[in-house]
Amino acid sequence: MSTVAVHRDDVGSKIGMWLFIFTELLLFGGLFIVYAVYRYKNPVAFHLAGEELDVTVGTLNTVILLISSATVAMSISAVQYGNKRATLSYLLITILLALFFMINKYFEWSGKFGHGMYPGSEKLTELGQGEVLFFGLYFAMTGLHALHIIIGVTILLIMLVRIMNNKINKTYFVQLENSGLYWHLVDIIWIFLFPLFYLIS
Amino acid sequence: MDNKDNTHIVKYRTYLFVLITLIVFTFISVAITGIQLGKLAVVGALVLASFKSSLVLWYFMHLKYENQFLRLMVGLVLFVFIAVLIVTFFDYSFQ
Repeated sequence: MSTVAVHRDDVGSKIGMWLFIFTELLLFGGLFIVYAVYRYKNPVAFHLAGEELDVTVGTLNTVILLISSATVAMSISAVQYGNKRATLSYLLITILLALFFMINKYFEWSGKFGHGMYPGSEKLTELGQGEVLFFGLYFAMTGLHALHIIIGVTILLIMLVRIMNNKINKTYFVQLENSGLYWHLVDIIWIFLFPLFYLIS
Repeated sequence: MDNKDNTHIVKYRTYLFVLITLIVFTFISVAITGIQLGKLAVVGALVLASFKSSLVLWYFMHLKYENQFLRLMVGLVLFVFIAVLIVTFFDYSFQ
């Protein structure tokens, strides 16, 4: 493959990724403002509803995402060192941790559903407006975040294949960097979701 | 454009230190909410979350090693968000 004639603009590519990340930050930012206003108006209900969430599971998921963020960053260092094996290993760890996160999330959500707590459920509407708002935001925001995790894992899997095929290598790795940026974004959002939903009781 | 712009390689050790700091601060924020601090607990949790996300932005997302332009853009977006947040709360506080 001739690389001389191929147009390449790594800096532009990265700026494009950052612009996309800004739109994502403002999307979640808007949701955080909605949360802040409703919490301000229903402090007691939010406090009580927050007690329903399991801090241990939340903390575990936070630690999982933090580690996965570090390993994806390490995979970028590894690709720059030209160490393909290490790059693949770090990326694989990241993907496995993400799956771990989703398994926790699955048990957490199905536990809530099992107790009759889901958007529009009878039990929830009996509790009152503040609780409906809290759990509505909880499911919407952590759900949207989980969707980002699924997209992120898909992208990281594609990166894994591209590294195996040497499409991503020591001299060309901007795609891996951009995927890493997306993954860190998912991490940052969770860093705020965790105290706002799990640590308010 | 210059593709050799980003040749800085971050050491594994740096990431490891940042990761340990992040995890320690996670446990601190959990411990803080265990104590009855009332309104201060919310502020404390948010300050810690902001600190943690700054670390992620600065080290993991390589802002430390990027050019000034990108840092400026990130700063602007955060400024816009905080401005909207403040204006919204002014609105609700004076209703």
